[in-house]
Amino acid sequence: MIPAAFDYVRAGSTDEVVAALVEHGDDAKVLAGGMSLLPLMKLRLATPAVLVDAARLYDLSYVREEGDHVAIGALTRHRDLETSELLGTSCGVLRGVAAEVGDNQVRHRGTIGGSVVHGDPASDLPAALLALDATFVAQGPNGVRELDAASFFRGFLETALEPDELLVEIRVPKVGPGGWSYQKFNRRAQDWAIVGALAVRGEDGTRVSLVNMGATPLRATAVERALAEGATPEAAAADAADGTEAPSDLNASSTYRQHLARVLVRRALEQSQA
Amino acid sequence: MRTGTVESLADDQSDDDVDGRVRNDRTTGVRVEVSIDVNGRSERHDVEPRTLLVQYLREACALTGTKVGCDTSSCGACTVLVDGESVKSCTMLAAQADGRSVTTIEGLSTGDDLHPVQQAFVEHHGLQCGFCTAGMVMATVSLIEEIPAPTEADVRMGLEGNLCRCTGYHNIVRAVLAAAGTE
Repeated sequence: MIPAAFDYVRAGSTDEVVAALVEHGDDAKVLAGGMSLLPLMKLRLATPAVLVDAARLYDLSYVREEGDHVAIGALTRHRDLETSELLGTSCGVLRGVAAEVGDNQVRHRGTIGGSVVHGDPASDLPAALLALDATFVAQGPNGVRELDAASFFRGFLETALEPDELLVEIRVPKVGPGGWSYQKFNRRAQDWAIVGALAVRGEDGTRVSLVNMGATPLRATAVERALAEGATPEAAAADAADGTEAPSDLNASSTYRQHLARVLVRRALEQSQA
Repeated sequence: MRTGTVESLADDQSDDDVDGRVRNDRTTGVRVEVSIDVNGRSERHDVEPRTLLVQYLREACALTGTKVGCDTSSCGACTVLVDGESVKSCTMLAAQADGRSVTTIEGLSTGDDLHPVQQAFVEHHGLQCGFCTAGMVMATVSLIEEIPAPTEADVRMGLEGNLCRCTGYHNIVRAVLAAAGTE
């Protein structure tokens, strides 16, 4: 399938990207790795008139330790995350989740920023960043601003990023050596998750987030509350579907997804405690 | 006169109606010059920005070893190497590979000598109809580069982006392990 025709702008810097977005407004989309955007364009579910290719922004690919957090450039590829020793020691859960995205070919091209801005609730990394209370740094014509993961994902393929902004950095707090487990359920190994459950143990308790249980990635707050009150993994996981709006689609009904959430949250909790 | 599903990829095609069919979507007339080192040879073509890398390789470069299978990033039949790393060329714009080096299945052998991975697929019967094979071989080359001594589990996970409907993967896995010397 062939995308609808578009004008192509190859940007050489963040400023050039922002200028192009300001000039073209809603007509423009930023192209990072293309692993989410190009499939939509090939089905003509997305038909931007202008594609702003950000691939040459090499200065936005990095993993750096900055005090109490890890700073990750928005154009860092999943492959570079999954092989980052620094990320492995400072925030191993994020490295582990990055290794679960798609397959080798996808991870050679896809970027964390692209995944975040695309805003698909079936993506792996947004759910992890939600559980980690990440901060997103956006650059626009009026300067730089920071956004919390908790309020960033607004709806299906919809985020708090303005049309004239470029996501430039993702900041995740350093995570101690506590356990974590990501349970990704799919039929073929390289598929999107039908449902995914991530449990991360930290000093202030266990965070649990869900993939593909609503229009955005979700925190399983009922589960987290139950755990804080001393519930066992099995008991806490019984509330996994609370507050979710699991879709029904080709892969699973909403009812089945709710069941999967309970099973996968229980497994994630048990394995994160193991 | 070129017919088929893709119009105006070659330099000499115009933006007017082709074969009487009306171009039913916006055409800006925009072209982008895409220069790629393909299998050691400099290719330079002016193409529409929406040209996929797989189209550029198959149609502009006349290298049809790379296949379009699912066209939706699942099957991996379109796998090629970009700067040595496996990518799905159906999900990449040719323009994204501008200035890079691309290796296709045609670029593996040296004269009449097969690449070790190709040789292993032959010896271990790692194919039946052959449609997935170019993608499997290219994905394997990239995998072995990254994991020089893979276990069977490494191979099965490492090739998760490549689907085969014929073989059940058994001989493909054997071929990859043989090529890596870890069978």
